[in-house]
Amino acid sequence: MPKDSGIGASSKRREDVRFLTGAGNYTDDINVHGQAYVHFLRSDIAHGRIKSIDTSAAETMPGVVKVFTGKDFEGVGGMPCGWEVTDKHGAPMQEPPHPILAQGKVRHVGDPIAAVVADSLEQARDAAEAIELDIEELPAVLDMKAAAQEGATLVHDDLKNNICYDWQLGEADDAKVNEVFANAAHVTTLDLVNNRLVANPMEPRVAVAEYNRGTEDYTLYTTSQNPHVIRLLMCAFVLGLPEHKVRVVAPDVGGGFGTKIFHYAEEAFCTFAAKACGRPVKWTASRSEAFMSDAQGRDHVSTIELALDADNNFIGLRTNTYANLGAYLSTFSSSVPTWLHGTLMAGNYKTPVIQVNVKAMFTNTVPVDAYRGAGRPEATFQLERVVDKAARELGVDPIALRRQNFITQFPYDTPVALTYDTGDYNGTMDKLEVAADLAGFAARRTESEAKGKLRGLGINCYIEACGIAPSNIVGMLGARAGLYDAATVRVNATGSISVMVGAHSHGQGHETAFPQVVADMIGIDESMVEIVHGDTSKIPFGMGTYGSRSLAVCGSAMVKATEKVIEKAKKIAAHLLEASEADIELKDGQFSVAGTDKSVAWGDVTLTAYVPHNYPLEVEPGLEETAFYDPANFTFPAGAYACEVEVDPETGQVTIEKFTAADDFGNIINPMIVDGQVHGGIGQGIGQALLENCAYDENGQLLSASFMDYAMPRADDVPFYEVDHSSQTPCTHNPLGVKGCGEAGAIGSPPAVVNAVLDALNSGGKSVDHIDMPVSPSRVWAAMNS
Amino acid sequence: MYSFEFEKPSTIADAVAALGAEDAQALGGGQTLIPTLKQRLAAPSALISLSGIAEMKGVCVNDDGSVSVGGATTHATVASEAAGSYPALAALAGQIGDPAVRNRGTIGGSIANNDPAACYPAGVLGSGATIITNTREIAADDFFEGMFSTALDEGEIITSVRFPVPQAASYQKFLQPASRFALVGVYLARFADGVRVAVTGASEDGVFRWTEAEQALTKEFRPDALMDLRINPANMIGDLHGSKDYRAHLVGVMTKRAVQACV
Repeated sequence: MPKDSGIGASSKRREDVRFLTGAGNYTDDINVHGQAYVHFLRSDIAHGRIKSIDTSAAETMPGVVKVFTGKDFEGVGGMPCGWEVTDKHGAPMQEPPHPILAQGKVRHVGDPIAAVVADSLEQARDAAEAIELDIEELPAVLDMKAAAQEGATLVHDDLKNNICYDWQLGEADDAKVNEVFANAAHVTTLDLVNNRLVANPMEPRVAVAEYNRGTEDYTLYTTSQNPHVIRLLMCAFVLGLPEHKVRVVAPDVGGGFGTKIFHYAEEAFCTFAAKACGRPVKWTASRSEAFMSDAQGRDHVSTIELALDADNNFIGLRTNTYANLGAYLSTFSSSVPTWLHGTLMAGNYKTPVIQVNVKAMFTNTVPVDAYRGAGRPEATFQLERVVDKAARELGVDPIALRRQNFITQFPYDTPVALTYDTGDYNGTMDKLEVAADLAGFAARRTESEAKGKLRGLGINCYIEACGIAPSNIVGMLGARAGLYDAATVRVNATGSISVMVGAHSHGQGHETAFPQVVADMIGIDESMVEIVHGDTSKIPFGMGTYGSRSLAVCGSAMVKATEKVIEKAKKIAAHLLEASEADIELKDGQFSVAGTDKSVAWGDVTLTAYVPHNYPLEVEPGLEETAFYDPANFTFPAGAYACEVEVDPETGQVTIEKFTAADDFGNIINPMIVDGQVHGGIGQGIGQALLENCAYDENGQLLSASFMDYAMPRADDVPFYEVDHSSQTPCTHNPLGVKGCGEAGAIGSPPAVVNAVLDALNSGGKSVDHIDMPVSPSRVWAAMNS
Repeated sequence: MYSFEFEKPSTIADAVAALGAEDAQALGGGQTLIPTLKQRLAAPSALISLSGIAEMKGVCVNDDGSVSVGGATTHATVASEAAGSYPALAALAGQIGDPAVRNRGTIGGSIANNDPAACYPAGVLGSGATIITNTREIAADDFFEGMFSTALDEGEIITSVRFPVPQAASYQKFLQPASRFALVGVYLARFADGVRVAVTGASEDGVFRWTEAEQALTKEFRPDALMDLRINPANMIGDLHGSKDYRAHLVGVMTKRAVQACV
């Protein structure tokens, strides 16, 4: 029986009313009296040495307040990287400076060279055109394997080479790995590319900063997934400001997908310039700027080898990956190809020996960082493609091969540093087989053949690690931040509740789901509870929203704080009811004395807390509690996906006819929101698999620099999804038993789509081992006709 | 964008006069021009909107059965108003862009711009239409002069386009996945005296007639007539979305499908 409120209810997203009726308050909606506008002059070449910048003409142009270049920031810190990776020889990664405005060299198309602050944006643009640049063009470093060679052109002249780190995880003894492969009955090898993506949230990035000369306070409004992280990084590492003098506000944010986690130069610039100009400064990215300045995603080139014994058991796995970091280290870029990627290479399988090798490369491209899934999609794609290829080579059913190798005993220590606390991969696969009607596939294939189409079925399993934690472990792995979160539950006198959370909602539905938890714990209506987020002056220090962490980490803090509130409220209720605190029960918003009909309502107790006339003397007035929560482990959502495609053999056009997701997210707070998160994730995964391609030419010019050439998935590119979340193994270590659902779809769907296309082609009589994403019509046609 | 003057005349004569100013630029639906201005890739002194000229709007059937479309007629209007008189043209118009584009973009703007991947040039050339300007009539075969290039003189305005209505016609568009312009689009029109095949999206030279296919289909109007024909890939566009070979292949596939749609 579906619930109609509280935990487990599909409450409608309350925030959607304002989003859908134009009443949202986004950063670009914020205008501060007297604000000036900044336009960044960005490099139009990928790599060059700055010989001179002449801003004298620009400075005299109408409306110009001030023109900035890299020289203005020589005494200021650069953009920091939040994770120090140690390479396989024990050395720290190479960490080049990342100035706010280019100093000495430009390193990618879009690298900001100068900034003009003027009364209007058009005046700023006019003046930027009057800046005279003399830049000596250098060869662009683009191909990762070439960039790794001795003598390659250097992206950063002060580094010894273009390799940020050469990292390894798992079995360190090469001889042992070689022996496993030498003794294997079968080895399947695959070379593949995980295509570079541009996140393209609907709302481009915006920053508005003001400085109060009287109080010496700064306020920065910015499109961020984690305002406290931005404040900390900007204050401590970039501008050297005391945190208590800086307020960072991330109001409604129109989509993040990871790309709004990071601290960007434009935010720091506006904050710096607001004081330097004596005027508030506003920057709104154009879509073109977003393409060349938002951190991009993925971009791995990998070789993966899977060793199997004579009984088709996986006995060894080895991967070698080149990971593109772009021109500079973005905030969490170094962690993505390593601790968010290598650790996932066991997948759902009990492969005993695994070795993961990653070379992270600097190139003359836009920096690459976390994008929905962040490392986990890259790992899953490699693993599930090679498993699928192995099944084809061995002539065995791809589901049977997976089931045979599933981990079935939990907790399970993988050879790549994780401990899976719980899961039931066969149970989830059982759900998939039913939900996807796999028994009916043969008949559907026959129908497609009658239309002249090739039909394929692609299966994929995934495991992901969410709510990255605990802080002491990630600290040992190189994280320069803690990964806990915080919540303050403030009960108002009349019983309504404001919950100040460190998580940030930018599409995830926190404003609906979080209150469901608190309301359920107390037994009051959801409408009595509201979430406050996104303003460092209002919320406790939390780490924000990414990595599907919000409910598992911040939600747990909220539960802890609510428990403290209830504990205190019971003391007050006991006093009012003249009973022992141990006998007080809370149900449906009523405190009652066990075994009696004596009770007092929630609202009476909360009022008493703030009007403490008849009150226990030993209890402090008020009802407000804060909790911080640092998880004991990651959470491990897992799932099995099935994709059915039709391929037009004449054109190579792929259409997705059916897509089924069976996920195990542990306990679920709001099933409708979870469905929506999975739908969105699959949509982005299908985008990666079929459409999206961030491509550079041989000079480092971005070929897909607008929506004319960068193909975003549209409604008619995706099917109606079947989703089944009834396979539930609750997380064993957080109070809600939740695992996180935000990234699953984007992790699980790309291999399912590609496996389906290859199944269609191979079952249609073609012999095609692999097609790189995006599996565009032209690439399918080329593969069929090669 | 850079600053410019804006005028919205209500007669062709006033528009012509206004376009006489130095660096003045005609504005149709603005679906190409406005983004170009926003990118600061053009700096006209004045934009002369053609959308206020009543005599340049609408679809009508002439006494000889041909269909005339006013130069400032939007794609959405053609999609609905030509549906009875010239269904294949209406279908082409209904596939351009999205509803916002179709309610702003105009036929005159599209063919004057002659984007190599636009749909209308194929419809106009494939139909053997006549482009009527404020000064003259130009046969479609003489109008399109290569990518973004036409026979129009400076300041010349397309007031209408007159389409002879074929016995059967079909536009087959294979979408470029990002822009949803034609990666390859083929407009095929079968007249009593022969078949015309116009191809957009594919060639470095913009829209073109595939004369070998026209001859083969005029002789024998069935899909198999195309079986041995191949387009030379040398002049095809090769880019992120498809190689020269792929586009050459698609021209054959789309032409075949257009024939199938007509028989």
